[in-house]
Order: sequence, then C-alpha cells, then structure tokens
Amino acid sequence: MTDDKYSWRLLCLELLAVAIALVILAPFYFVLINSVKSFAAILTETAAWPREFVWDNYLRAWDVMNYPVAFMNSLIITVAAITGIVILAAMAAYRMVRHPSLLNKLLFSLFVSAMVIPFQSIMIPLMKVTSQLGMLNSRWGLVCAYFGFGVSLAIFLFHGFIKSVPREIEESGVVDGCSPYGVFWRIVFPLLQPMIATVVILNALWIWNDFLLPFLMVNSSPSLRTIPLSTFALFGEYTKQWDLAMAALVMGVAPIIIFFLALQRRIIEGITAGSVKG
Amino acid sequence: MGGPKGNQWLQQLVFVGPAFIFFSIIVLIPFFFGIYYSFTSWNGISTTVEWVGWDNFKRLFSDRHFVNAFLFTVKFMIVTVIITNTIAFLLALLLTRALKLRNLYRTVYFLPNVIGGLLLGYIFQFIFTRGFPALGELTGIGLFQLPWLGTAGTGFWAVVIISVWQMAGYMMVIYIAGIISIPKELLEAGKIDGASGWSLIRRIVVPLVMPSVTVCLFLTISNCFKAFDQILSLTGGGPFKSTETVALDIYFEAFTRNHFGLGSAKAIVFFIIVAAVTMVQVALTKRREVEA
Repeated sequence: MTDDKYSWRLLCLELLAVAIALVILAPFYFVLINSVKSFAAILTETAAWPREFVWDNYLRAWDVMNYPVAFMNSLIITVAAITGIVILAAMAAYRMVRHPSLLNKLLFSLFVSAMVIPFQSIMIPLMKVTSQLGMLNSRWGLVCAYFGFGVSLAIFLFHGFIKSVPREIEESGVVDGCSPYGVFWRIVFPLLQPMIATVVILNALWIWNDFLLPFLMVNSSPSLRTIPLSTFALFGEYTKQWDLAMAALVMGVAPIIIFFLALQRRIIEGITAGSVKG
Repeated sequence: MGGPKGNQWLQQLVFVGPAFIFFSIIVLIPFFFGIYYSFTSWNGISTTVEWVGWDNFKRLFSDRHFVNAFLFTVKFMIVTVIITNTIAFLLALLLTRALKLRNLYRTVYFLPNVIGGLLLGYIFQFIFTRGFPALGELTGIGLFQLPWLGTAGTGFWAVVIISVWQMAGYMMVIYIAGIISIPKELLEAGKIDGASGWSLIRRIVVPLVMPSVTVCLFLTISNCFKAFDQILSLTGGGPFKSTETVALDIYFEAFTRNHFGLGSAKAIVFFIIVAAVTMVQVALTKRREVEA
C-alpha cells in the first residue's frame, strides 16, 4: 500500500466517523432548537432554526419543575450516597482481604452474587421493609437504600484493588504505633484513590439518573423530588406541551452533560476500569 | 477487654458490620421476604396474609400480561444485544485507527450513556412523534413517516433504537480497551503471514477481545432484561401493552393492580431467568477466551 492511498482510506474513515457523530448528536440538536420555540412553531416547523427565541419556556419549566429544589435534592442524595458507599465498602473490603476467614469469604461471595439480583425482583418487599423502618419520604431513607444497593459492586472493586496493595506498607504504620483503624485511614484509604475515583464515577451516573427507586420511596413528597422525578411529574401534568417539555429536558440533562464533559477522560477511564474488573 | 481475640471481633464488626447491615436491610431481607410473599395472595395493604402455595406460580403460565411481557423482553433482548455489540465493536475498530479527532469521536459516541433512561425516553418520544415526521416532510424518506410509537411493530423497533443509541458507546469503550491490549507483535506477525483486513480481525482480533465480549454481553443482556425507565417514558409499555417488559409488568402488577403476591412470584421467576441466562452466557464466552 502506498502512503497516498493509505491516507485516502483514512480520510474516508474520518468522514464516516464525523457522520456517525452527527447522527448521535441529532436528537440533542432537535431538543435544543425546539426548546426556544413557541408551541405553534414547534408543531409547524420542527426541523427549522428558531425564527424567534422564546426564553419564556425556560422560566416556566424552571417553576413547574421547581428546578432549584430538584437540583439540590439530586445533588445532596447523590453526594451523600456516594460518600457512604465509598467509606462502607472500602472498610469492608479491606477487612475481607486482610482477614480471609471463612466468614469473610462467605460474606464476600454473598455481596458479589447479590449483584445479579435485578432491582425489580426485590422492589415489592423492599417497599414493605423500608416503610416499616420509617425510611419512606425521607432523603436519608433513600440515601440509606443506596448504601444497601451500592456496596456490592464497590466492595468487589475495592477487594480486587486492595489485593494488589503490598502488606509491607501497612506494617510500617503498625511499627509507628497506629491502631488498626489508624492504619486503614492514614495509610490504606489514601492509597485507594484510583479505585475510589472509579467507584465515585460509576455510582454518580447511576444515582443521579436513577428513577424507579426514588420514585417508589420519595415521590409522594414533592419537596423531595429529584430531577428525574420532577421531569416525570411535569410530563404527567402537561402532556404534549412540547415547548415546556423541551426546556425542561434541556435543564434536566444539562448538569450531567456538563459533569461528563468536564471529567470525560477520567469518566471513560473509570468506566473501563470498573467494567473490565467487573 | 477481650484480649486479642475480642479485639479481632470488634474490628470485624467495625469494618464489615455497617456495610453488611445496610446490605441486609435493603437487599437480603427483601429478597427472602419476596420469596415468602410469592406464596401468598397479599394485596400490600391488608394485615392478614393468606398462604396460597404454588398458585401464583401456576397462574404465571396463563397470565396474559406476563407471557406477552416475557416474549417481548426476550425478543427485544436478543435483537438489541446483537445490534448493540456489532455496532459497538465496529465503532471500536474505527476509533482504534489513527483518526485525527479520535478523542472527540469517543466523547460524542459515549455521550448518550450519561443521560438517564427516563429523560432519554422523553427526548426520543419527541424525536419519534415530532422530529421524524418533520424530517420525513423535508426529505420524503418513508422511514421517517412511519407511526413510530403508534403500532406494535414500529414500537418494538423504537425501543430497540433508543437502547442501541444509549448502550453502543459504553460497549465501544470496553471493546477499545480490549483491542488496545492486543500485543502489536501479534498483529504484525499476522500481517507478515499474509492475513489482511477481515481475516486479521476474525482470526486475531476477535479471539483476543473475548474478555471484552464476555463483559459486554453480560452488561447488555442484563441491561435489556432490566430495561424500565426509558420504556416507561418512551411508550409507557404501549401501544396496547406491546412494548411492556417483564420489569414493567412486575411494577404494574404490584403497584397499580395491587397484586403483591402475584407480583412477587413474577419477580422471583424474573430473577431466576436473569441469573440463569447471564451465568450461562458468562460460562460460555469465558470458555472461548484465549491467552495472547
């Protein structure tokens, strides 16, 4: 093959890659241009560039969704749940790796095999259990539920990672007079940083976007609704009001897209690390 | 107090205890309660729970909703898994070439995956009901003018399209990692032996990315089984329940028809099927993994 011919082929592939990118982005383009049109314009000229920009759609969607409240609920729940999952799972995984007793081996396989249980398989009794424990319609109840669902994968990932951390590093801490808890917090936990990033990213995408669990647990208190829940409520109440709906969708997806674009390299690396191990 | 032994138990409790408590309350206990409820006719509210033995499970086979949802889910799963993985693998091959804007493409292809299923379903509801007809008018292409969410046949493909659009980029990233890890020497050796193009891909690349195939098949199969959010917001299971997955059927059975017992039986059967299918798949594809 000559160089000339080769770059020709590469150019064709480059064009193909651009075309695919445009197809993938097309739905976003449609939503974006229609979010600033009047209702009539959306129906008559859906594909056209907006003739006049109707920013009022955004103001109305902002109010209907109660956007600041929904955003804060999503943020608080996601951050609190991830913090708990990381700490609980790192501690449990550390103990299980360093003390592989029969009990710990059993517990580890219990955590791991529970990962195949689909959420819909246990949601019915889950509602009963959480309601009796007073966890419904409470932000903290929902966060605790995420602890329960999230620790399995996180323990699995930390377990694999801690196995590769040499024990000698910890022994230096023991010599310095650290308690077992001190060794974990001051020496082991900081070393887990790369895997913590993976666990945070995987859980952030899941919890921020999750619908059914929060829907079952907190949807009846409007002040606790997350972004997916308030979007669902808006679509239920204002059926086919596309002007309102498009603005709401833009505001709904904006935070997670900004998060992704800001950290895209780490997110894609984290996801690869998480899935190849998983 | 308890000396070294007692100390060990305290540590076990402090390190593993909290994770295990949350896990038990949220996953283990509901799981076993679910098995119990599946043998009852409980409606979710009444205080008396009546034991009905295997009745719920016997009813499943004649339950129209469940049988239809099950057939739809299997068909949807097979079609989506094949299309998603084929596209993802081809995209991975494309992006492992020396393209100028490789990282930009990777970002764009991955982008649909960060959007939650519920919002994604609404976006595509608009695309299928307003965007496609508009494109159809502009271009005259008949495909765009179909009633995408209006009939069972097109509804099926609408659900497939949105699922492929969402998952392909994610699987692509995993395939890229697999392709990159293939030692360069092997590809060079293959080229020297006269293999080129497709035979290079078939004989060398495909066998060596089998670990990625195992992961991707597992993820796509279990995602398809569990598909809920995007179908709820795209079609709501319609038209005429034609796009209702087992996951949706369990939800409706329990929370709109208030049959917690029957719903639990469906949930248990659903769990057994998902676990069995994914375990068989992992065992099968793992056997085909080869060392480089």
